[in-house]
Amino acid sequence: MIVDLPRFLNAEKPYWEELAATLDMLEKDAQRTLTLAEARRFHYLYQRTSGALAKLSALPYEPEIRGFLEPLVARAYAEIHETHQKPRRFSPILWFTQTFPQTFRRRHRAFAVSVTATLLGILFGAMVMHMDLDSKRFLMPFGHGDIKPSERVQQEEEGQGRHTSDGKAFFSAFLMTHNIQVSIFTMALGMTFGLGSLILLFSNGVIMGAICYDYIVDGQAQFLAGWLLPHGSIEIPSILLAGQAGLVLGAALIGRGDSLGVKLRLRAVLPDVVTLIGGVAIMLVWAGIIESFFSQYHEPVVPYWLKIAFGSAELVALALFLTFAGRGASAHERPVYAD
Amino acid sequence: MRTETKTLTITTPEGISFDLVLAGPATRFFAWALDMMCVSAAMLAIAPIVSVLGLISADFTQAFLWLLYFVGSIGYAMAAEWFWRGQTLGKRLLHLRVLDENGLHLHPSQIIIRNLLRFVDMFPALYLLGGLVSFFSKRAQRLGDFAANTVVIRERDTLTYDIQQVASGKFNSFRDYPHIEYRLRQKTSPKEAAVALQALLRRDQFEPQARIELFHDVANHFRQIAPFPEEASLGLTDEQYTRNVVDTLFRQK
Repeated sequence: MIVDLPRFLNAEKPYWEELAATLDMLEKDAQRTLTLAEARRFHYLYQRTSGALAKLSALPYEPEIRGFLEPLVARAYAEIHETHQKPRRFSPILWFTQTFPQTFRRRHRAFAVSVTATLLGILFGAMVMHMDLDSKRFLMPFGHGDIKPSERVQQEEEGQGRHTSDGKAFFSAFLMTHNIQVSIFTMALGMTFGLGSLILLFSNGVIMGAICYDYIVDGQAQFLAGWLLPHGSIEIPSILLAGQAGLVLGAALIGRGDSLGVKLRLRAVLPDVVTLIGGVAIMLVWAGIIESFFSQYHEPVVPYWLKIAFGSAELVALALFLTFAGRGASAHERPVYAD
Repeated sequence: MRTETKTLTITTPEGISFDLVLAGPATRFFAWALDMMCVSAAMLAIAPIVSVLGLISADFTQAFLWLLYFVGSIGYAMAAEWFWRGQTLGKRLLHLRVLDENGLHLHPSQIIIRNLLRFVDMFPALYLLGGLVSFFSKRAQRLGDFAANTVVIRERDTLTYDIQQVASGKFNSFRDYPHIEYRLRQKTSPKEAAVALQALLRRDQFEPQARIELFHDVANHFRQIAPFPEEASLGLTDEQYTRNVVDTLFRQK
């Protein structure tokens, strides 16, 4: 119990100020490591200040002393009780070539669901087109529904990507940012227990199914493959991976068969979600460059077989990368509460 | 409508509890608006410098600026919250800080997720969804905070306490009546004591009329709790009466 408050304040204030100064120093330089003597002193100051706070809590005195001491104790508490792994030097190359594919494989079930939702959408889109060809006006974006595929192919082959010839770099930047935003949104919709991500994947599938059906029925399968494969072989898996991230988030919220609380479940999946969406962003940078600088050229400038071969090679390389890269290497930056 | 301030109580393994005051959606919105102004101002400052590259390629310059804005608007908050331990410029100005829900430091994945999930919190416009979720959340969390296990707190860091100026070294006529003083201490709740003390500490901040009315109410309240004989309070103003009460309550026995 505090018998004489002014005396107590005068005696304790220097310790509080010393603790505040130590914390300021640590916060200014995150890499600073305390010596053993400094750490002992820091711990003593924390305990002494905590004790003062406990003593003051028993009295009706004034919120302002508590108002000063509580943030001070909170900052010291955060510094002393930190449980996160010490940050290692971040290696972007190791992260992309090991952590990313490892994470993808660890969450393969969510990826399977993501692929299934998209395939169902593709089937649905193709089926709707089969039943009612006029529906293409409502199913296809960017005016694709207003024109026959054969007419579009003729225009493209005559135009040779003129619509982007003056601004390929900007077009590429626009595509990257737009696709990354869509991917982030797909992942973020995981907060609707994964339902929003599933709906977005399904609707993407519907559009793809409708476009594919339209071009194939019109005899333009070769153009379609040559047009979509070079960038689509990376872009479409990227959206599937973003969906995978969203579903991982959604599954953590639902927590079926998991005895951990929702907070711990979310904490456990965060590093994986971040890794997946980070990998997606890198893939979409590549897809944006290819779409702007390569996909927009058609025969006779670039033969379709070359575009199809290039796109197929990319797809195989991506599949091999995600399946085999980082195997044997120790899991890099695994979450603390790994499931 | 006035809403109650939300707090987060953290109990340390040493058994010490402390409260962190959580920031409301309006304050956080202003901090975000300040941040967006900063990003826009930085872009306006950088654009003329980068546009020199236009002499080489206008297309490349346009693409570079576009990417810069995109990376800046998404990456600024992440970088700032990492390097400034949970603060951006806007949050610094408004004394806000992002913390782990357990009061610990932020992990990079928490910072990234809470910032990426702004895309949903912003839905459909001006943080409507995030604002609503935060308003109804017990811990004032938007969806991004919920996913990342983070909270945004209001920082308090000033020490302006001086009980000596109000309670000691003054003559107190109540001291002649220790039995009534004892009754007063016994019947006064900690909250009532704190109100009286606060009234005295902040007395110079009130308008003259409000000051008179406040001390009139406070003194009358304590007169009813434990009435002192007339000779003990004769000639005392309401403020002096309250001062005597505070001295009685907080004085070393």
